[in-house]
Amino acid sequence: MRSDLTAPSLPIFAVTGLTKVYSTGDVEVRALNGVDLTLEAGEMAVMLGPSGSGKSTLLNIIGGLDRPTTGSVMFKGEELSGAGDRQLTAYRRDHVGFVFQFYNLIPSLTAWENVALITEVAANPMQPGDALALVGLEGRMNHFPAQLSGGEQQRVAIARAIAKRPDVLLCDEPTGALDSATGIIVLEALARVNEETGATTAIITHNAGIRKIAHRVFSFLDGRIASCEINETRIKPSEVSW
Amino acid sequence: MTGLRMLDRKLVRDLARLWAQSLAIALVMACGVMTLILAMGATRALEETRAAFYDRTRFADVFASATRAPESIKADIAAIDGVSSVETRVVNPVIIEIAGMAEPATGMLISIPDHGEPSVNRLYLRSGRMPEPDRPDEAAIIESFAEAHGFQPGDSFAVLINGRKRELSITGITLSPEYVYAIGPGDMVPDQKRFGVIYMHRSVLEGAYDMKGAFNDISVTLSHTADKDEVMARLDAILKPHGGTGAYDRTDHMSDAFLDSELTQLRAMAQVIPPIFLFISAFLVNMILSRLIALEREQIGLLKAVGYSNSRIAWHYAKLTLLISVVGVVIGAIAGTRLGHGMASLYGEFYSFPFLVFSQRPDLYVISTGVTFAAALAGAANAIAGAVRLPPAVAMRPPAPTRYRSLFSGGSGGFRLPFSQLTIMALRHLVRWPLRTALTTLGTALPVALLITSLFAFDSVDHMIDTVWFRADRQDATLTFAADRPEDALRAVARLPGVIAAEPFRAEAATLRNGHRSRIIQIIASDPDTDISRVLDRDFKPIRLPPNGILLSERLAEHLDLKTGDQVEVELSDGQGRRVLVPLVGVTNSYVGLNANMSREALDRLSGIGPRLSGARVMVDESRIRDLYAEVKQTPAIASVALQGISRQRFKEVIDENIGISITIYVSLAVIITFGVIYNSARIQLSERARELASLRVFGFTNAEVSSVLLTELGVMVVLAQPLGWLVGRGLAELVAKGFESDLFRIPLIINPPTYAVASLVVLGGAVVSALIVRRRIDRLDLIRVLKTRD
Repeated sequence: MRSDLTAPSLPIFAVTGLTKVYSTGDVEVRALNGVDLTLEAGEMAVMLGPSGSGKSTLLNIIGGLDRPTTGSVMFKGEELSGAGDRQLTAYRRDHVGFVFQFYNLIPSLTAWENVALITEVAANPMQPGDALALVGLEGRMNHFPAQLSGGEQQRVAIARAIAKRPDVLLCDEPTGALDSATGIIVLEALARVNEETGATTAIITHNAGIRKIAHRVFSFLDGRIASCEINETRIKPSEVSW
Repeated sequence: MTGLRMLDRKLVRDLARLWAQSLAIALVMACGVMTLILAMGATRALEETRAAFYDRTRFADVFASATRAPESIKADIAAIDGVSSVETRVVNPVIIEIAGMAEPATGMLISIPDHGEPSVNRLYLRSGRMPEPDRPDEAAIIESFAEAHGFQPGDSFAVLINGRKRELSITGITLSPEYVYAIGPGDMVPDQKRFGVIYMHRSVLEGAYDMKGAFNDISVTLSHTADKDEVMARLDAILKPHGGTGAYDRTDHMSDAFLDSELTQLRAMAQVIPPIFLFISAFLVNMILSRLIALEREQIGLLKAVGYSNSRIAWHYAKLTLLISVVGVVIGAIAGTRLGHGMASLYGEFYSFPFLVFSQRPDLYVISTGVTFAAALAGAANAIAGAVRLPPAVAMRPPAPTRYRSLFSGGSGGFRLPFSQLTIMALRHLVRWPLRTALTTLGTALPVALLITSLFAFDSVDHMIDTVWFRADRQDATLTFAADRPEDALRAVARLPGVIAAEPFRAEAATLRNGHRSRIIQIIASDPDTDISRVLDRDFKPIRLPPNGILLSERLAEHLDLKTGDQVEVELSDGQGRRVLVPLVGVTNSYVGLNANMSREALDRLSGIGPRLSGARVMVDESRIRDLYAEVKQTPAIASVALQGISRQRFKEVIDENIGISITIYVSLAVIITFGVIYNSARIQLSERARELASLRVFGFTNAEVSSVLLTELGVMVVLAQPLGWLVGRGLAELVAKGFESDLFRIPLIINPPTYAVASLVVLGGAVVSALIVRRRIDRLDLIRVLKTRD
């Protein structure tokens, strides 16, 4: 499924008319209500919006964790929305790196091993040590998650996500559980990874201060994209005011 | 009060949510309750019925026989200190002829007093009446034999009494305490068709066997204060001049010994099996409750914060435990009672009691309920104490993250062990909770052990059959002469129709002594190169009987404290009182009885009266066996005939029938334990690691890869459990075999590799099915929900 990243005309994601309706019992919740969007190769996008505005649902769908009710998701020209469980698993394995608010590290594996967990099954991975060095954790490789601070744990999660050299890096509230100083370190790691690996990076956040580090910012409201702004000048994560 | 109601509502919902795990635990408990009720109920049924029957019929305490003893010595015996009553009898083996049955049946012809009831070993009349003294051809017979042939009072059959064929008319059907388990000579299981006991008046048998004013069998009952060994010694001394063959007590009485071994088996079952189940259910309760309390930390904190007392919270979880136990007790009690009735009716087939009722007294159920509750609460105690100890504030914060140790990875830089990270996850989780891992392993080992303990008996019995009937006593039949005969009798035997080969033997009762130890025993003497019936050494190799010296079976040598090379003092029970020192030239293997063997030459020399034969062992041409049967029935010189060929077959039949029942029961029990342990263990792991495993799915691991983490963990424990189970099983089997050992027979400890394999396969099969059920839950993990929650 890996195709040529440099093909100029093809966006990484082309999303059109996406809806997602959850029905829990008698209640129907319309989480996405007609979303159109494209993400370009190497782009860093920030997705802003209040809780329930649909940004996580979109991330889950383009990450291959969920399926849309209607609409289409093209990943590098291939349709994702109709893929089966097996294909979605392979898609996540080969192309997507995830970073979550609560890190989702494996507590019984050290930092190095958490990264190796992914590189063992990836087609063209980095060395786990290199991935950890990229997030500044070369000195903490043999620590277990319980021995690391929140920021360190999140950086292990980033190293783990990028070690497979994914096409896309999907981050859902990556700084949500962190204080500002630590949050900045994590954002720096993400920005560096985005630059050095060229992975298309989508960051979901509540924190409007982060918007300036992205190429583009999508604002969500009630299951739709309310606006899309392009940052002519991006700031460094260290300049973000929290 | 409403608060309590709400907690109870939570209880019901918890149970509904945990129904599969709770049911698995309840089933393990039910097995414990069932086996306890079954074993205790059956033990009581047998013990009480036996005691009542023995009491009512005045079953003797000590038995002895002689060649011919004058009735006058009865008074001497009655005068022995401790003897409360004495009964002398004339007892002789007979050949029974039954119309339409080719093979001869063997019978014991036993005298009853001409007037009144016997003072010892009374009969229990089932139907009809006892014979009239003035009607010499009337007889009463035991029920098992009557039933096997459909005999009713008024029917008749023929016996060969001292060479004369005599038609006997059946007046009554009886039961006897001596033949509750009626087993014929040479048999190891009852064959109701081929073995009968016939009661006739003393005067008739005295006449028929030339025993006027004499007896050859004596039974005595003892007072409570009697010294049994002393009585037996005195009795032996009195009977010795009259060919006494040694007094023995109930322990060596065939029928009672078999009943005893059944009771031993039941008691062992009551002592070994229920505790296994109770231990496992306690462990499972602990596992499920610890996890539930860990999951409900915040709820417990909340309840405490709003003012619930510790005791209320403890009681809440105790109630959950007790509810599971109630389900287990109810299922177990119903199953135990039903199986108990089945077992009682099975006993009814083997044992002849006037009644046999499966005990259903309430205390049985109270005890089972009590121990089950106690075991469950003991298992719960630790988990509940954890809930009680939680301070409300701490309870509402998530627990501290679990710390692991960096095992199984090798060094961080260079050398690494060849484990994938998924395998390392599984292994580290195992060592993180070593006690739980050890107990789960033990819990899986116990069903393996249980299967070995129950199935090994078939290997041992197989080995016994092979040894006794295919290596040692290979004859098709053993003919015993009515009286010892000169050597030319062998030629007459060889001429009998169908006889292919015949080997003579001589049997002489003798007292063997070593210092203060002594034993009265039958010395069996054969030709040195005997080939049909052979004496085996301890490696099961045939021994050529030496011209001098004596061979003793292992247990007899132990009793007498003799080693090969020692001298044993032999005194034949021929009334001459000569004591001769004979060297012990070898120790032999024997599973049945105590044996002493010599060459005929040696015994003839010892007796001083030259060569005599007591009988012959024969190989028979199968196609002419009916002719042989017909001839034997006509031959007065042959007093009894034991048909080893038929015994072998009958034994096999009974064993095969039992194998089916045992395998079904024990395999079911083992599968229930395995399921209880593995299913619960897997569910708990899944509950603890749902987030971790779902994360793996998110990162693109397949269902199979994710399941492998859980399955590796279970697999390691299940595999470790196998050798442990074999070891424990072997140990338990050894205890069982030891428990059965008596002078009548012993069970060798033989466990063939297939038995280990079957035990392991059953448990592995149960484990795989349990794991697959849990694996389906991994396929349905909610990937999105776990991403949004903190562990």
